[in-house]
Amino acid sequence: MLPYLLAAWLFLVGLYGVTTSRNFIHLVMCLSVVQSSTYVLILALGYRVNATAPISKDVPLGTRAVDPVAQSLVLTDIVVGVVVTALLLSLALQIHKRTGTLRPDDLHVMEG
Amino acid sequence: MTRRTRLIVFAVGAIGVGAALIWGTAGAPPFGHYRGPYGDVFNRRAVPERHATNVINAITFDYRGIDTVGEEFILFAAVMGVTVLLRRQRDEATPRRGDGDRPPWRPSDAVRIAALTLLAPAVLLGLYIVAHGTLTPGGGFQGGMILGAAPLLVFLAGRTLLHPRRDPMGPLEFGEGLGAGGFVAIGMVGLIATGAFLENVWPLGRIGSIFSGGMLPFINVAVGLEVGAGLVIALYEFREQTLLRGRG
Repeated sequence: MLPYLLAAWLFLVGLYGVTTSRNFIHLVMCLSVVQSSTYVLILALGYRVNATAPISKDVPLGTRAVDPVAQSLVLTDIVVGVVVTALLLSLALQIHKRTGTLRPDDLHVMEG
Repeated sequence: MTRRTRLIVFAVGAIGVGAALIWGTAGAPPFGHYRGPYGDVFNRRAVPERHATNVINAITFDYRGIDTVGEEFILFAAVMGVTVLLRRQRDEATPRRGDGDRPPWRPSDAVRIAALTLLAPAVLLGLYIVAHGTLTPGGGFQGGMILGAAPLLVFLAGRTLLHPRRDPMGPLEFGEGLGAGGFVAIGMVGLIATGAFLENVWPLGRIGSIFSGGMLPFINVAVGLEVGAGLVIALYEFREQTLLRGRG
């Protein structure tokens, strides 16, 4: 149960950071925390006690292994997450260039 | 919205989401007791069917390969977004090439030595992880990440990222396109030969050898190229911004 609670906690604490953020770069990092909660949740769902990694290189076929599907999902997600973070950071950079601020609260009106 | 009202709105939502999360995971199998069946089916069948001892790699690039093609294009689109957002604006100066094309700071000797010492092992490790993707933990995504981090070490050492007078974007964009297109092209080979996208048409090879897994090693190389080149493109764009800023 503890890993599930950890995932819920990471999700909520990241979301708290996003809502109360005073800096766009901090906000992007908080979003990464929210995303990492999904990794914890998915990996926890596929975990199995006393089992090996789903790599059958040095173990006999049929050894009890954890769920490989969960790991496959998470690994692509992590890599895509890094690049999406880069995209968000470049948005923050553009906001700073155009408005001279990184405070989300300072941006009131939509500007074209 | 004031901070206070925002916090109240957040608290209401957070309590709701938190309750839903706990309620949802309470019905999940207890931690450490995965019930299957899909993972067990893959664990039993990936080696006989695909001769790939890294079951995760076989799932990522074969069993759910078409899904990974989609994920890869999210990555592709995000890198394109970074390039478009950080393009040089009309009112910004062109960064000078040559000697001026260096970071506007001088790193300490410790950082320089550590970064340059780690460079060759990082490249080698990246290539190893890509090449052995079907055998041991690793694959195109992980290896590409490590390869993409190698130029970051050069940058940390305070050196020019690439040849000072040549624009590196051309080859990098070509590499990224080749990687992304290569994955789809490999899939199309399966589609034309057997009628199913990404269906394996290559000899499966001996289990445990580096060329085992049919088309999986080729896909690992294509994805490694795409991820590595994409990361370097993003890094290069951000570096260009620090140079603009450093010149004021």
